[in-house]
Amino acid sequence: MGIFKRKRSGHDSAAAPAAGGKRVALVGNPNVGKSVLFNALTGAYVAVSNYPGTSVEVSRGSTTIEGEPYEIIDTPGMYSILPITEEERVAREILLNERPDVVLHVLDARNLERMLAMTIQLVEAGLPVILVVNIMDEAERMGLAIDIPLLHEKLGIPVIGAATAKKRGLLEIRQAIASYDASRHATFGYSRRMEGDITALAELLHGDYTLSKKSLALLLLQRDEEIARLVAEKEGERASFIAERVKEKTFERRESFHLDLSMERKGIVKGLLEGVIAFPDKRRITFGERLSSWAVHPITGVPLLFVALYYGLYQFVGVFGAGTLVDFLEGTLFEKYFNPWITGVVKGIVPWEVIQELFVGEYGVITLGLRYAVGIILPIVATFFLFFSLLEDSGYFPRLALLVDRLFKKIGLTGRAVIPMVLGFGCDTMATMVTRTLETVRERIIATVLLALAIPCSAQLGVIMALLSKTPGALAVWSVCLLVIFLVIGLLAARIMPGETPMFYMELPPMRLPQFSNVMTKTYTRMQWYFMEILPLFILASVLLWLGKITHFFEKLVAWMEPVMASLGLPKEAAVAFIFGFFRRDYGAAGLYDLQDKGLMAPRQLVVAAVTLTLFVPCVAQFLMMKKERGLANATIIAVFVSFVAFGSGYLLNQLLLVTGIV
Amino acid sequence: MKLSEKAEEILEALWIACEEEGKPHLDTETITVAPDDPAYKELASLAFIEVRDGRVYLRPEGKDEGMRTVRRHRLAERLMMDVLNIRGDSAEAKACEFEHLLHEEVDAKVCTMLNHPTTCPHGKPIPPGDCCDTAKKSGDLGVVPLTELKAGEEGDIAYILTEDDTKMRKLMAMGVLPGNRINLMQTFPSYIFRIGYSEFAIDTALAREIHVRK
Repeated sequence: MGIFKRKRSGHDSAAAPAAGGKRVALVGNPNVGKSVLFNALTGAYVAVSNYPGTSVEVSRGSTTIEGEPYEIIDTPGMYSILPITEEERVAREILLNERPDVVLHVLDARNLERMLAMTIQLVEAGLPVILVVNIMDEAERMGLAIDIPLLHEKLGIPVIGAATAKKRGLLEIRQAIASYDASRHATFGYSRRMEGDITALAELLHGDYTLSKKSLALLLLQRDEEIARLVAEKEGERASFIAERVKEKTFERRESFHLDLSMERKGIVKGLLEGVIAFPDKRRITFGERLSSWAVHPITGVPLLFVALYYGLYQFVGVFGAGTLVDFLEGTLFEKYFNPWITGVVKGIVPWEVIQELFVGEYGVITLGLRYAVGIILPIVATFFLFFSLLEDSGYFPRLALLVDRLFKKIGLTGRAVIPMVLGFGCDTMATMVTRTLETVRERIIATVLLALAIPCSAQLGVIMALLSKTPGALAVWSVCLLVIFLVIGLLAARIMPGETPMFYMELPPMRLPQFSNVMTKTYTRMQWYFMEILPLFILASVLLWLGKITHFFEKLVAWMEPVMASLGLPKEAAVAFIFGFFRRDYGAAGLYDLQDKGLMAPRQLVVAAVTLTLFVPCVAQFLMMKKERGLANATIIAVFVSFVAFGSGYLLNQLLLVTGIV
Repeated sequence: MKLSEKAEEILEALWIACEEEGKPHLDTETITVAPDDPAYKELASLAFIEVRDGRVYLRPEGKDEGMRTVRRHRLAERLMMDVLNIRGDSAEAKACEFEHLLHEEVDAKVCTMLNHPTTCPHGKPIPPGDCCDTAKKSGDLGVVPLTELKAGEEGDIAYILTEDDTKMRKLMAMGVLPGNRINLMQTFPSYIFRIGYSEFAIDTALAREIHVRK
């Protein structure tokens, strides 16, 4: 699951690297090591941007091969030249519009037979294809023997065996790009009937196209609407006649055209692979496969999940990140050394107390904003992202997805949504962005609501766990509350939201030991993204709070919120945490932490405040992301709904605790 | 010998009452065919039934033919529902008309096409015919949805049955193509299968659309 594969430097920067030079596009299925190859080819100079008019990200980089400059484009994963998903559509758009000089088709050696079908489509479309048979090392370990030179001979295009993760084949790929000769490639023949249909349509096309007429004819026969529009544009007055002919042909073959075509392509692939690939007599069962079978079996998978969560989230993120590291950074480094020192420095330079307050006061940019961001949030988020990247690279998430699919169907989602949900425990803003990988709008909205409402982010989680663990029973009440609200809202959303239950399907990439450097790069990229996102907000929040304080607006705000706080049974100082919470959820939680330190809250009040704050409005960043992904109207409705549920639940919980006296 | 449609209706109702529900007889009023209909005479002359004092009895000679009429009716119901996708009352009415056409081995052909179903859509058993016995003896399970396989079993993909073009293409992109060997690895909580060296997980709804020959 490479959600963040193409997330390298910043976001939405429209700046593409210096154009000019030849273009090389990387295409292929997801999980075949395209991005690793991309990184290996381009090095550090990469720009990631949304493809115009879509939310799909495309990375571009540049490189020099034998003295010539090249632009390298990493396209989103595609299974076929006929697109289904938005990612596939973008990948094809790039092939159509950017006319790459070389198309590197990367595929997985272990699944040569299945993936070669797309090579055929690319070659048939007249694209300048170089075939990279990747992951050769693992194929060899499984006992597969692939005759690369013979495959090259049969296909007529350059074929390179590679293992990009192990840097194998990179030199050959560069050479092949430099010496690419577009004139040679094999042609593939279909059955006479199919060829007849193709020719009948291809003959009618006279425009200038990137793709071959044969390929266009086949796409038209598969009722590809985009290609139909393209043809209608280019053919002018002949268009309606062509559309008529396409209609006739598709009707003639309405029974099974897709299937017939796939079967014929399968036949061609079979012919190509004759003598090229030799399978081992017996499947070798690797440790990864054994681990995989444990991970997907409900009896072993659920305990395994708990083990992963216990050690990964609780011990590593909770105890180590939020405990040890925060104690050291915030408690020792900031409170003991940095803050007193910087306070002294600032006071020495700036004589005006108001300005001193801005930097080093109660809500100072440095003493509060920076301390929160670096001292509390950073260690927690860093440990979480490290854990998440490890899980991601081991191939565990697709397995977790299939394990929870049945459960998630009940709340209107599919197993696929488990990835944004888990990521939400790291950063809800990032997770909201990732909901775009879900297939239907309905799923995306439900997931966005649940993220905004009931999934606490790691920073918040860490602080709240530290807060509540001091009171017996408090943590249990808080967890049960959140779980109940998550399920109830999910069940309701599944009922209320119109639309069908989406289907669940997912490829399970082999489980493998994550590579250290990859995990580190991913963690670093996420951290960078996160920090760029939150630091300005923290500083802005500090400035606003300072402004509020010197103008006494802040006190008024706290006073206004007093009745709300009172109805929840909270002291009026708790309003501060909620005001913080609007800037960042974790900021708010950290504010609670301070209140607890001052001994202002009884255990019951602490639980109520924690629950309300966890449920409360997504922070500004998350709200902005919701607006970007779901639109202003939806985002506003969700925010209002979430606030309502948060304070409503807080009120009810307070009453319940008063009556029962659990905490 | 071919019975009239009315005679078949009588025999069908009578067989269900006597053989399945264990009643000794049926009153003529409870049968949809009027008591003075010649169909009764027709059946009586074949010694399939006996009519005494407004009660109809099933004779041992009529049991076989009775069973076959019920079989035809229930097969017709399955055909309406599974293949033609007609449901509800209209399915029932159409099945009633259709069953009378399932003579002379047509029932065996329909039965084979439906892969020898054992129950009708209402859950009642379909009496097995000769074709079912032959199939059972040869051990040929025929074509079944992937959901019918047990974990660890293998099969050849026979066809994909779906009305949704996108689903079809998605499955084909996963290598789910007729003729490919599919190895079912797990059935709960999701279906996991392997084709070649790739593994995929799908939900029950999708698994139901993949039809496999064991």
